[in-house]
Amino acid sequence: MPKPILEIQQISKKFEISKVSQPYLSLRDSLTGIFRPKSKKEIFWALDDLSADIQQGDTVGIIGKNGAGKSTLLKILSRITPPTSGKVVARGRIASLLEVGTGFHPELTGRENVMMNGSILGMRKKEILRNFDAMVDFAGVGQFIDTPLKHYSSGMQLRLAFAVAAYMENEILIVDEVLAVGDSEFQKKCMGKMSEVSMSGRTILFVSHNMSAVRQLCTRGIVLERGKLAFDGSIQPAIDFYNANGAGAQPGSAYTAIPDESKKLQVLSARLLNQYGEDSTSFTIAESIIVELKIRSRVTVPGAYGYIVIKNNYEEFIIESDTKDFLPNVLDNLAPGLHTFRFEIRNNLLPHGQHRINLAISSPFETGFFLDLPEDILSFEISDFETERGTKRTAKTSFLLNWQHHVIQ
Amino acid sequence: MEYEIKPKAKLSLGLEELWEFRELFYFFTWRDIKVKYKQAVLGIFWAILQPLFMTLIFSYLLGNAISSQAKLPVPYPVYALSGMLLWGIFSGGMSNAANSMVTNSNIIKKIYFPRLIIPISAVLVACVDFFMAFIIFIVALVYYQIEINWVGLLFIPLAVIFASVAAMGIGMFFAALNVKYRDVRYIIPFLVQALLFLTPVIYPVSITGNKTLQLLLQLNPMAGALELFRSLFLDYQVNWETVGLSSATCLLFFVIGILYFRKTEAYFADLA
Repeated sequence: MPKPILEIQQISKKFEISKVSQPYLSLRDSLTGIFRPKSKKEIFWALDDLSADIQQGDTVGIIGKNGAGKSTLLKILSRITPPTSGKVVARGRIASLLEVGTGFHPELTGRENVMMNGSILGMRKKEILRNFDAMVDFAGVGQFIDTPLKHYSSGMQLRLAFAVAAYMENEILIVDEVLAVGDSEFQKKCMGKMSEVSMSGRTILFVSHNMSAVRQLCTRGIVLERGKLAFDGSIQPAIDFYNANGAGAQPGSAYTAIPDESKKLQVLSARLLNQYGEDSTSFTIAESIIVELKIRSRVTVPGAYGYIVIKNNYEEFIIESDTKDFLPNVLDNLAPGLHTFRFEIRNNLLPHGQHRINLAISSPFETGFFLDLPEDILSFEISDFETERGTKRTAKTSFLLNWQHHVIQ
Repeated sequence: MEYEIKPKAKLSLGLEELWEFRELFYFFTWRDIKVKYKQAVLGIFWAILQPLFMTLIFSYLLGNAISSQAKLPVPYPVYALSGMLLWGIFSGGMSNAANSMVTNSNIIKKIYFPRLIIPISAVLVACVDFFMAFIIFIVALVYYQIEINWVGLLFIPLAVIFASVAAMGIGMFFAALNVKYRDVRYIIPFLVQALLFLTPVIYPVSITGNKTLQLLLQLNPMAGALELFRSLFLDYQVNWETVGLSSATCLLFFVIGILYFRKTEAYFADLA
């Protein structure tokens, strides 16, 4: 057996979270800190003694709940942050797609952004030029390629970004849930391209909450739990293991985020309320569900909007909605401060079963596109005691058709 | 090809890697210039207007006073303009570089490449501005009918490199510091302003008779670059002592800056 293309040897990553949650320090804090006793720091092991060997041509799905250490692992593998201990031996160029469109600039044209983004991703100029037409074709932005990016729709930006990444010729490709956005047709195209890449003998590490995408693409699964390796084996047993350990029930009725000063807009908390204004996670189809979001605006962002997807347990989209479809768009140029937003999912709409709410806040004028990406923030259960068939109904909505009766003769 | 990802590599400059990613220097510089001039109506004229206006102001306020106190090789406006041009590389380059890691934090957090490329490219942007502004300098030379020492022309690239190295050294140091302490952002403009008056940009070293002050001015990392640049004027006596002393401090700052940057860069993504 040849040497593995990636040898992950007992890596650990420690984060120190100071009680005052601030990502960076001010000089004053450091100066006054000299005289004051050290404030208590919480030590958090994002990865704890993780080992795995990855062979060339493997397509590995990395599965785990939020905070299990998936992103940290990818960041270490892509050399963005070093491990605290342990090491990784790599035998090939690693390309990471932790976020598509990194380095995209709204003032530059599509063509210029492709050149810039490609070279940031580690492509040679020759390599980019050789694949340029194929990229533009894949993205389907043809005649707009010399238009500044700020005039692109968010979908076009995303397609262009993925197209650049898809043509990288690195031996190891690390992909982090980039497919979570974009229309379903484009998602299919992306999955197709990724399968093609893996067929060509390259190695893919894929992180996603979307189990059907993981199943489709990967042959091997690694399950992480609190920074530790919980399971390593074939993909189906890995998914079964993950599901058996309460995967779907992870987000509850309330979501709270650690304030991150670097985010211009941030969802600080979210919760579900029933029609009486009480916190709840289980509803009947006859009840409407109120979703309440608290959003901190730190800087006014033009063009900001919220994108919400409500999914069922099979990762199928039931509702997809953008705030910019309602004018005025509530998040556009939101004044700095703390804001509350509510929307209602009306009754007799979602079917019985487990559902999740996925949220992204973005702006087309923002480099990196996303302002905040809390993803699956809430989950809830809907039961159907109201209808005759009840939980035996298989439709994807619980909408009822009411027959109107007129006597003609 | 085999390499290791480890807690902290031993301190090295990583030149081999910089070479591997050399195209990125071009792309970062090109992006910043493009964006800068696309967003501004007056475009490249900003690069010209800034040193020009400053020169006019200094000439009006200080021209007579300085000309009467020290022997200048050329009329004061030309002297001051030569200083302001080169100073632009330092002030622009240094402040661009010092803020570069924070402004590019979204890239740093997502993709790996040698981090040094970012502050260095930031200085290169200032060099491009210099060449734009050089046009106005040529106009001034012609207008005042200044005689040129053609050998001195060869020193111009050297002076540009010298000024860039000074900007990079200090810029890299502050760039690394800025990731950790956001106060740096507020210190930079003040520092640049103060340094302008503490550097022989708009006056010659010989303006003061005090030997200690003269030595301090000569030790200034920008003094050598200015001295080399002004050898362009015919009959200008290059003070090689100044060039020597200044390049020593310049290199010292550069080494400190690059070492501090390299020492802290691994954790930029965790902090930024």
